[in-house]
Amino acid sequence: MSGLLQIHEPGETPEPHAQERGIAIGIDLGTTNSVVAVADGEQPEVLRDAHGDGLIPSVVALMPEGVVVGRAAQDLRAKNPDCVVSSIKRLMGRGVHDVKALAGVLPYRIAASGDSVGMVRLEVAGRSITPIEISAEILKAVKARAEQSLGQGVTQAVVTVPAYFDDAARSATKDAAKLAGLDVLRLVNEPTAAALAYGLDSGAEGVYAIYDLGGGTFDISLLRLQKGVFQVLSTGGDSALGGDDLDHALAERAIAASGLQKLDEAGAAALLLAARAVKEQLTERDSVKLTAEIGGTKIDFTVSRREFEALIDPLVQRTMRACRQVLDDARVTPKEIQGVVLVGGSTRVPLVRRRVEEFFGRAPLADINPDEVVAVGAALQAKALTRGSDTLLLDVIPLSLGIETMGGIVEKVIDRNTPIPVAKAQDFTTYQDGQTGMLIHVVQGERETVDACRSLGRFELLGIPPMVAGAARIQVTFAVDADGLLTVSAMEKITGIRAEIAVKPSYGLTESEMADMLRDSLVHARDDMEQRLLIEARVEAERVLLALDAALKADGALLSDEERAAIDSAIAKLRQAIKGEDRDLVNAAVESLDHATHAFAQHRMDRAVAQALKGHSLDEVEASMASDPAPDGRRPGRPAE
Amino acid sequence: MPTQADDTRAARAAFVSCWSCKGPVAAQALFCHTCGAIQQPAQLDHFRRLGLEPDFDTDVDMVEKRYLGFQRAIHPDRFATRPAKERAFAEAQAVALNQAYETLKDPLRRAAYLLSLKGVDASVSKEETVRDPELLMEVMEAREALMEATSIEKVEKLQAKAGADAIAVLSGISKAFASDDLDAANRLTTRLKYLRKYLDETRTRRIALEQEQGTA
Ligand SMILES: Nc1ncnc2c1ncn2[C@@H]1O[C@H](COP(=O)(O)OP(=O)(O)OP(=O)(O)O)[C@@H](O)[C@H]1O
Ligand SMILES: [Mg+2]
Ligand SMILES: [Zn+2]
Repeated sequence: MSGLLQIHEPGETPEPHAQERGIAIGIDLGTTNSVVAVADGEQPEVLRDAHGDGLIPSVVALMPEGVVVGRAAQDLRAKNPDCVVSSIKRLMGRGVHDVKALAGVLPYRIAASGDSVGMVRLEVAGRSITPIEISAEILKAVKARAEQSLGQGVTQAVVTVPAYFDDAARSATKDAAKLAGLDVLRLVNEPTAAALAYGLDSGAEGVYAIYDLGGGTFDISLLRLQKGVFQVLSTGGDSALGGDDLDHALAERAIAASGLQKLDEAGAAALLLAARAVKEQLTERDSVKLTAEIGGTKIDFTVSRREFEALIDPLVQRTMRACRQVLDDARVTPKEIQGVVLVGGSTRVPLVRRRVEEFFGRAPLADINPDEVVAVGAALQAKALTRGSDTLLLDVIPLSLGIETMGGIVEKVIDRNTPIPVAKAQDFTTYQDGQTGMLIHVVQGERETVDACRSLGRFELLGIPPMVAGAARIQVTFAVDADGLLTVSAMEKITGIRAEIAVKPSYGLTESEMADMLRDSLVHARDDMEQRLLIEARVEAERVLLALDAALKADGALLSDEERAAIDSAIAKLRQAIKGEDRDLVNAAVESLDHATHAFAQHRMDRAVAQALKGHSLDEVEASMASDPAPDGRRPGRPAE
Repeated sequence: MPTQADDTRAARAAFVSCWSCKGPVAAQALFCHTCGAIQQPAQLDHFRRLGLEPDFDTDVDMVEKRYLGFQRAIHPDRFATRPAKERAFAEAQAVALNQAYETLKDPLRRAAYLLSLKGVDASVSKEETVRDPELLMEVMEAREALMEATSIEKVEKLQAKAGADAIAVLSGISKAFASDDLDAANRLTTRLKYLRKYLDETRTRRIALEQEQGTA
């Protein structure tokens, strides 16, 4: 059995590091509700409050006495409308322009800022605050619930995001988690998490569609489930479409019917709440009366389910168009689909179920709890990442990445539905003699013009060696990691100089803003940088010792007595240093051990080469070294002849 | 006759030194056989990355099987709690693997890639002008027919014909590669590229017509 298999045998714990003995939690950070789950024992488990409630309303109240989150915050709304924020997820990674474009009554007050670019800020309780900070408050509350119910500190989490979230919204989510003192092991797409929970539970195999209509977002993903691999074939959706929009449609109708003229912020919030209650009741009843008193005007408005359905059908049809697109993208027909899984509270709406059934030609599977399944999947993934697992999630990038070229046209660099992680390199050149800088504007979306796509950021390449125009070959690499997050790096190919990159995110925090916020947040005040570096140095030292140990066991016979003694003494020094508190000493000891093993490495290489040359064919030597744990292991090939 | 120096060079090239334990590792191995550490991806063509010989007629099921097998071993999720360096190598391995998979599972990309391996440049992703006048004529006529098709049935017919053409072209490409006729392979690959595009257009057209009729 090879080394890797020993380390990552399913169900076995990878080597524990100092920081990683705790439990990693799974968090569904929802528009309306957030849910936290753990999968530490046999069965994954949603963590509930004293009343058995697993849902934490994603509502934040910034009160003079402190921050309140959840149901309690909801209750504060009536009396303190300007201190309470809900549905903040809709603003994650958004700019001022996006918010203006969001139709309908908005339950937020956008802070008046001088410029109309950059990330949107809210005015809450008289202060200007970013959506990232508000989401961080929700996550802190979620973390607190987990710590209380587990009776231990929690620092690691898998956080879910809508599959259709763009890069800006994903990084905003990750930043929020950081602010809340959580180390994000992975961002997982919500429908993928749901599929994981559902598939493991039911032993499903084949192609499944996950239709997730929540409070503020809609996702549709097609996955192939086979032997524990959850492979996303295509994904689509609308990150600004959900139950909130159904509430808006209903509220607007009520306004029109009652002749109400102007709505203040408190009035709008109250009306939306009333509309939501009516909408939810219409799931069970044929007709419901909406009564509310708003700013002195009485609203008394009866809606039938049929009227409601007529009102929302255009919205539901929008989701069906996305369904068609993902089938098309994956080249799959509705007939080839084994099952349709419904996720999200809004899939309780009867019209939604009907339309889904019509479209896919089969009744959707609704025997799972649509509110909790995403968090359960996140918890399962958290366990897989920290404790090892038989299952594997293979996800894709939801929206194409491109760069701006002449005339505001987008040139695609990475197509949507490409499996992640992915990296693509593209060459650029200078257009002026002696040019040492270059601007690259990265956008995300499917449309052909820059204006119709979302701007992610501007990357400025600096330090290009001066040459005549067109002579430089700057290779820019766009890399999307397993979280779906983009990084850009650049290198001048002729000189090999790495260009420096200054990033200006269009709707996110710059690194220095993030650093400032972290410094300000209490969670990290105690977090000692020096301590962290010491732990890292120790972890690296332990790795070196383990690797050397394996090498000595295998090839120790190649050493002379003196050589062995020198190595042993360097090992002893390193072990001693690890016990101490001096990081520099640890690093120095690692370095001297490295020196001491130089000859050993040389002997090992020489022997391998000698064996290859002497009698043994190369194939034999390599076969004896083959360490490939894959079932159809790639046999090491022969060298070029 | 290879000389002894050649042999030594070849033998040396077969190994790299493990970044972790410094021992010799087969140049293409994913993991060190001594210490188990994941290695940086080797410089390999997409076929060999999946343990396959370069061949247009590669079985797609085999590509899938190999891909999933390797993913199980090297996916970054398997290394989430490992030190940064190992995480980076796992990510690099997964990137290389995904690229191989994306290229080989699609016959058009596979054909273009195999041509490039054989020294013929047939870039599929970039827009380029059609040099083949016959193909140009054909494409223009087909587009015209599509524009004129006003019923779903007519579009379906055009779609079916283009689909059948594409299948025929595929078998042509296979034959061309089998007989090492790279010119023909190149020509047919370009043709397949246009047929693909045309098939996309028929799909778009069909959806537009369906929507028109649905709302009517
Ligand atoms: N019985 C019901 N009938 C209709 N709608 C319902 C019902 N129950 C809940 N909803 C709606 O479901 C939405 C909340 O669903 P869910 O908790 O899945 O969303 P979320 O996870 O917070 O949002 P998102 O996934 O979009 O971020 C709300 O709009 C709520 O009104
Ligand atoms: Mg949700
Ligand atoms: Zn090694």
